[in-house]
Amino acid sequence: MKITGARAVIKALEDNNIKYIYGYPGGAVTPLYDELLNTDIEHILVREEQSAAHAASGHSRTSDTVGVCLATSGPGATNLVTGIATAFMDSVPLIAITGQVSTSMVGTDAFQEVDITGITLPIVKHSYLVKDASEIPQIFANAFHIANTGRKGPVLIDIPKDIQLTSFEYVEPTKPKLMGYNPNYYPNIKQVARIKKILEKSKKPLLLIGGGAVYSKCFKELEELFEKVNAPILTTLMGKSAINNNLENYFGMLGLHGTAASNYAINQCDLILSLGARFDDRATMLTDNFAKNATIVHVDIDPAELGKNITTHYPVVSDIKNFLDEFNPIIEKLDYSNWINDIKKLDEKYPMKYNKENINPPMVIDRLCNLTKGEAYICTEVGQHQMFAAQFYKFSKPDRFVTSGGLGTMGYGLPAAIGVAKANPDATVINICGDGSLQMNFAEIATALEQNLPIKLFLFNNSSLNLVRQLQYFGSNKRYSGIEFTCNPDFCKLVKSYPNTEAYRIDDISQIDDVINKALNNGKFTLVEVNTQTTEIVYPVASARLGVKKLDYFDGEEILY
Amino acid sequence: MEHTISVIVENKAGVLTRVSGLFSRRGYNIKSLAVGETDVPGISRMTIVVNGDEKTIEQVEKQLYKLIDVIKVIHLTDEEFVERELVLIKLNVSKSTRTEILQVVDIFRSKVIDMNVNSFVIEATGTTSKISALEKALQPYGIQEIVRTGMIALSRGAKKSKGVSIK
Ligand SMILES: Cc1ncc(C[n+]2csc(CCOP(=O)(O)OP(=O)(O)O)c2C)c(N)n1
Repeated sequence: MKITGARAVIKALEDNNIKYIYGYPGGAVTPLYDELLNTDIEHILVREEQSAAHAASGHSRTSDTVGVCLATSGPGATNLVTGIATAFMDSVPLIAITGQVSTSMVGTDAFQEVDITGITLPIVKHSYLVKDASEIPQIFANAFHIANTGRKGPVLIDIPKDIQLTSFEYVEPTKPKLMGYNPNYYPNIKQVARIKKILEKSKKPLLLIGGGAVYSKCFKELEELFEKVNAPILTTLMGKSAINNNLENYFGMLGLHGTAASNYAINQCDLILSLGARFDDRATMLTDNFAKNATIVHVDIDPAELGKNITTHYPVVSDIKNFLDEFNPIIEKLDYSNWINDIKKLDEKYPMKYNKENINPPMVIDRLCNLTKGEAYICTEVGQHQMFAAQFYKFSKPDRFVTSGGLGTMGYGLPAAIGVAKANPDATVINICGDGSLQMNFAEIATALEQNLPIKLFLFNNSSLNLVRQLQYFGSNKRYSGIEFTCNPDFCKLVKSYPNTEAYRIDDISQIDDVINKALNNGKFTLVEVNTQTTEIVYPVASARLGVKKLDYFDGEEILY
Repeated sequence: MEHTISVIVENKAGVLTRVSGLFSRRGYNIKSLAVGETDVPGISRMTIVVNGDEKTIEQVEKQLYKLIDVIKVIHLTDEEFVERELVLIKLNVSKSTRTEILQVVDIFRSKVIDMNVNSFVIEATGTTSKISALEKALQPYGIQEIVRTGMIALSRGAKKSKGVSIK
């Protein structure tokens, strides 16, 4: 059977169960767009390519399929870069397809040519420039395998236009066999047994859960671990979505904006059992002071993470689920009540709190969490609102938190929410945003509407890039620079200018529940705007210089561990 | 400390860029890099000399392994190995210096591979220190140009380096 390169691409996507592809057309991908008319795969036309990558990322993170995005050569391809980097930093499986100028013109600085494989080299797990149409089936088979196994990540496939048009004799791809790529998913059994012993000897262990546990889909196995090992549980930002946040032993997020209790626990513990956390600097702060008295057991699927940022005493290369499958059966019940009570006391003394007098983001997010029972998909942008969401939205179901943790990409939330809503048609999908971030990609409101996605935007409007303001408050002696927006639109009017939308403004505490309920139940794309103060600060703030040894807890109240 | 590592790679487009990019991106300084095909078609061996402490080298190795086209990373500094580098040196000569230079060439067991009235091209192979010594010995006569291939290395003995089986 002879088929064209473009048909081969679409066939590869069909064979990999792809139902949606997020993209934006251009001259170098017209053959692919033509083929899209002959398939059941639905193309979702975004308003800018960056959003195609973010939407595919949101889709990927909250479904069983890999997200796919498509862009033309040159400017289309470069617009994908931020999205690819975002996926890379958060280990999100993604296939990015770009068109390229025809092979005869590659390397000539032709119209709309960029070396996108070169540009993206440091931010992809792997990439291909297709040189022969007959390679397409195998390249795609490999690409899906690479993107979705081991430590997951984005794979870019750059396809010259003439190759999309070339016909070739189709040969079914073989199972990917890549000489140098054999990710290890299973732990060394002896090492697992050793860790059991270490844990039994420990007096003050803690369980640190990271984003790797989310990707490993080990919610059940983690619950079993928590049931057996009655020890404090902490998560990183990315790990929040791996566990039920209402667990009694869960003390919240550690690090820069982590809880007092969790940062205290890190300082006091004698053992960290880290499952899928990579000891990012936002979590550890200055590593010299990090968990000084602790033995560190680090389980991660990526060997390069072990010992990268901090010294690991017991490294284990494994998928988290596979590790727990070995670990859970061999451990007896272990109880560390005294140690837990110690932390609980601190947690009671220094709880996460917010001002109850005036309306503010934590208050609204707290109510939102209550009224959605912690079950909504929460996407965020990047800024104070993101940190507030992480602190005050208590997820009761796994896999519900979609935020750009590694790269911290403003403009991520709305397009990601589109992908999440596409992947989970009946779910409540909320994007918590700031006015700065929303304006980075707010053209995607139209995409959401075209797709009939009743996404809810919770906008905390302070007419300012407030997380930066906060940095300047602490770090630049309150010399504020480049953070103020003096020409924001009337966001409610803006959203209402699109057909079939709703927009509400909350001005008073008494309106919060009512507006949230209306927003959740109206079945429409909805904006809820809350005007907030620029004086808002995300507390606690750990002192970067001192690691997590010192916390500015609330309004200048300091805790030194 | 200086480390010599062999990286066995699939000879795919861009693999050299991926490997060297990995070093530059992470601020690891490559001292020398030499590439050539192995006895297995489609598979190349890179010899990379890099400076760094144990921790850096461990990261280098792990990061190299993350590249899809990298099949094997061998830390030669961990075992006994032989290393060689090839150098070509273009040198000024005159009637009066010719004999002296030939003596130097002889002492270092190097060769003159091109000559004309006022220049020689000298070829030498050896360890880095030998080549540096030769360079120093020839310096006084006036070196015009010099080119070095970078270090290549293999483990000693009959056995293949640990874990290398690529056939
Ligand atoms: C693309 C991008 N540019 C710049 C930044 C730096 N940055 C981090 S937070 C922030 C301010 C965010 O403002 P806003 O979205 O209004 O949220 P707020 O902090 O006010 O809640 C900025 C500019 C970033 N993270 N991403």
